[in-house]
Amino acid sequence: MNVIQIKNPGPMMTVQDLGRPGMLHAGVSRCGPMDTPSFRLANALVGNAEECSAIEFAMFGGTFVASSPVRIAVTGGMVDVKIDGMTVSPWESHWLQPQSQLTIGAMKGAVWGYLAISGGLNVPETLGSRSTHIRTGLGGLDGRCLQKDDIIELGEAIAAPLMVQSHPRIFNGDVIRVVPGPQADYFDDEAWQIFLGQPFTISAKRDRMAQSLEGPQLKAARGHDIVSDGTVFGSMQVPGSGQPLVLMAERQTTGGYPKIATVATVDLPKFAQTPTGASVRFVSISAEEAEDLLIADRQAIKASLAALAKKPDPAG
Amino acid sequence: MKLKLFDKLRKGSAASGQRGQLTARFLPCGDSAIAVELASEIDEKANQQVIVLAEDLSKRPIEGIEEVIPTYRSLLVLYDPAVIRGQKLIEALQGRLDKLVVSDAQTRHFSIPVLYGHEAGLDLEVMAEMKGVTPEEIISLHSLAEYRVYMIGFAPGFAYLGGLPEILHTPRLKEPRQHIQAGSIGIGGKQGNINSVACPSGWRFLGRTPLKLFDPTREEPFLLQAGDTVTFRPIEREEALELDAAVARGETGVEASIK
Repeated sequence: MNVIQIKNPGPMMTVQDLGRPGMLHAGVSRCGPMDTPSFRLANALVGNAEECSAIEFAMFGGTFVASSPVRIAVTGGMVDVKIDGMTVSPWESHWLQPQSQLTIGAMKGAVWGYLAISGGLNVPETLGSRSTHIRTGLGGLDGRCLQKDDIIELGEAIAAPLMVQSHPRIFNGDVIRVVPGPQADYFDDEAWQIFLGQPFTISAKRDRMAQSLEGPQLKAARGHDIVSDGTVFGSMQVPGSGQPLVLMAERQTTGGYPKIATVATVDLPKFAQTPTGASVRFVSISAEEAEDLLIADRQAIKASLAALAKKPDPAG
Repeated sequence: MKLKLFDKLRKGSAASGQRGQLTARFLPCGDSAIAVELASEIDEKANQQVIVLAEDLSKRPIEGIEEVIPTYRSLLVLYDPAVIRGQKLIEALQGRLDKLVVSDAQTRHFSIPVLYGHEAGLDLEVMAEMKGVTPEEIISLHSLAEYRVYMIGFAPGFAYLGGLPEILHTPRLKEPRQHIQAGSIGIGGKQGNINSVACPSGWRFLGRTPLKLFDPTREEPFLLQAGDTVTFRPIEREEALELDAAVARGETGVEASIK
């Protein structure tokens, strides 16, 4: 049995796969990665099928040892990665030999990191997915964050060359595009002018479920309570405090606060990866524009997955 | 009285047939979801329409719809814009609404055993005091009403109930409690609920059911779905302990009856 051992875990480190769709009607969160394109790239770099699970962490990676030779790749942002003290690059795959120590440092200018290991993590599926939902203790390893000395069985690896993503993704500027609604009409012109005219700061109150923003207060002219309705990844709730709260990967399925807007799917990875204390500005686009951007972005991601370059492999 | 009112409502909506009468608002929720809103407030008829629309879409899928979330008065439709664009989807959904027949479809009914009071009935005494009645009267008021599962939301299998008798309407606590056990039977404002998981809550709690509304290891992980009806059956501690044991063995502990 091939395993990976967590010698020292980073914060909020969980097993994730592409998520648990299909049960929102039963109250089950879709879960999955905070930054799906980075997650997919990590899996592709080690030759994993897209449904394989990988490790997600916040801010800081940790230390890992494998029991047999595996390919590993770290993505999400720029980060110091070392194998037995030797610096190796993120956004490409490397061999990790048994007894060798993999050390992943702090994320630079990003928040969520991904460690993919060839074969994926062989934790049991819960309701059709290996994704960890921390709040309800579903999936992953015993439904919880990974801890020091956890040992996780690895799946069967597919033979594949080492690969490199030659053009790691860079996010430019501080603009996050949003589609107004579903409760756009709960907010008057003044609130809309503030929302689209002033910067908001990414608060330290953030986890896999929600991301709080700090800035000018947004007052809902029609009140801050609605009859609870469904939520999506990127729903921008405005509770009575007037400080928007953006629902993220581990969001609850329904909510009772008015939602001024929804972050365009294409900008969700950028929003999730914006460091705490940085500011963002919201720009309104139509649902049609957001659909166009999403369709184009999916093509671009597909192309970048297909265009991964082979590396010379020292292990042959 | 309450029961009769419910029967009347249900028969009323069946008789009128409600064809082509639905006015919906289609609210964009970004680039991959649209909320079909059928009322602005909590309303049994709108909730029935939401559930019938969800069933219609499940029986005759529109290509590109990934899944739906039925809630009190709206249906959230999640779609893949690479398969169907939002504008086309709105037209298709309006087409479905125009032909939707909200009739008296068969509903599942559950009689949920409840151990009122004891450790989980945190607010039974206080509520009796607030209403100027005895705890026994609170129990009979709560257990004589019939409830409708308006929505499963917030957490896996977590049931929101309509049909709470007016005398039991009670505002939520100012300070939520940090830990409410799974199976707790609660009241928040005009709504009732059954907790499916342990969680913090500002609702008032009258007791607990030994039944598990959510068990991921069970063949059918979810006990209730939106549109089901529920009544509560007061039980004694002895029966609660027996049911606890049966549920721990993986049994659901209850059978649905079809109405």
